[in-house]
Amino acid sequence: MAIKRFPIEASHILMFARAVNDPNPIYSDAEHARKSEVGGIIAPPTFTQSSAQFDPDYFLRPKIGQPWFGSGKEPTGAVRRPSEGRGTGAAAGGLHAEQHFEYHRPLLAGDVLTAETKPGKTWEREGKRGGKLHFSESVTEYRNQRGELMVTARGVGVRTERVIEQERG
Amino acid sequence: MALRANQLKIGDTREEIVIDNLTRTQLVMYAGASGDYNPVHTDEVFATKVAGYPTVFAHGMLSMGATARMLTNWVGDGRLTKYGVRFVAQVWPGDTLTARATVEGVRDESGERFVDLKVATTNQSGQEVISGYASARVDP
Repeated sequence: MAIKRFPIEASHILMFARAVNDPNPIYSDAEHARKSEVGGIIAPPTFTQSSAQFDPDYFLRPKIGQPWFGSGKEPTGAVRRPSEGRGTGAAAGGLHAEQHFEYHRPLLAGDVLTAETKPGKTWEREGKRGGKLHFSESVTEYRNQRGELMVTARGVGVRTERVIEQERG
Repeated sequence: MALRANQLKIGDTREEIVIDNLTRTQLVMYAGASGDYNPVHTDEVFATKVAGYPTVFAHGMLSMGATARMLTNWVGDGRLTKYGVRFVAQVWPGDTLTARATVEGVRDESGERFVDLKVATTNQSGQEVISGYASARVDP
């Protein structure tokens, strides 16, 4: 998976900071940010997760003209296919198990990134309530407009053999 | 303000309430900002009737993002070099999360100084929901 253009924009940073409950003015106040060590509005540490907005195929976003598996008239609008969404770290019918970031340079508002995701390791473990747990890793490299490596993100998703255990109750 | 290596001791801790009484509206805000619209986080009908959960629950990345607030408030903006977590328990509406970091070491690398932190976020019952680590560049 690749994202060709992930613009780091001040208004998106403002919304993301509110969404993670962080009132730090470095994410919203340009004057405060200008006088700070980093010299401008920067993105919060987990902001690269929102690159999903710029992935045309991201499977956890409703697409215009296509069925969506969330509720409408019925509790779900589609039959979920557990095979979808591999390599994203989190998935419908699967859960996000781990997330790791390495920060090489701060992301400044105005930067324009690209992202390249590669599948990592996969492994299995017996779950506590029976049934195998399938883990899969993906590694994403975010580079800026000069090709400099900015953030390396490694996500681990876990999927149970049964889609979701609670469905049986 | 960045931290100074000579003022840090192994075992020093910092903690902060990063989410107080998590609302479903906060989950909607996170979905909208992050682009993760998985209905298990925002769609009560889907979460309960299809996915079989008691109610909607927080994106793991919302808890990780809120925990980062405690980290950057301590180490300073733009100072983190590493941050990683395991999502060990789900976070539900009404939960209050306290994020805590503990100094595990201070080290030199290529002429710069870094602090290594253990990170843990717990809910109002004391149950750990996030377990992780972080490193940050500090001043001498």
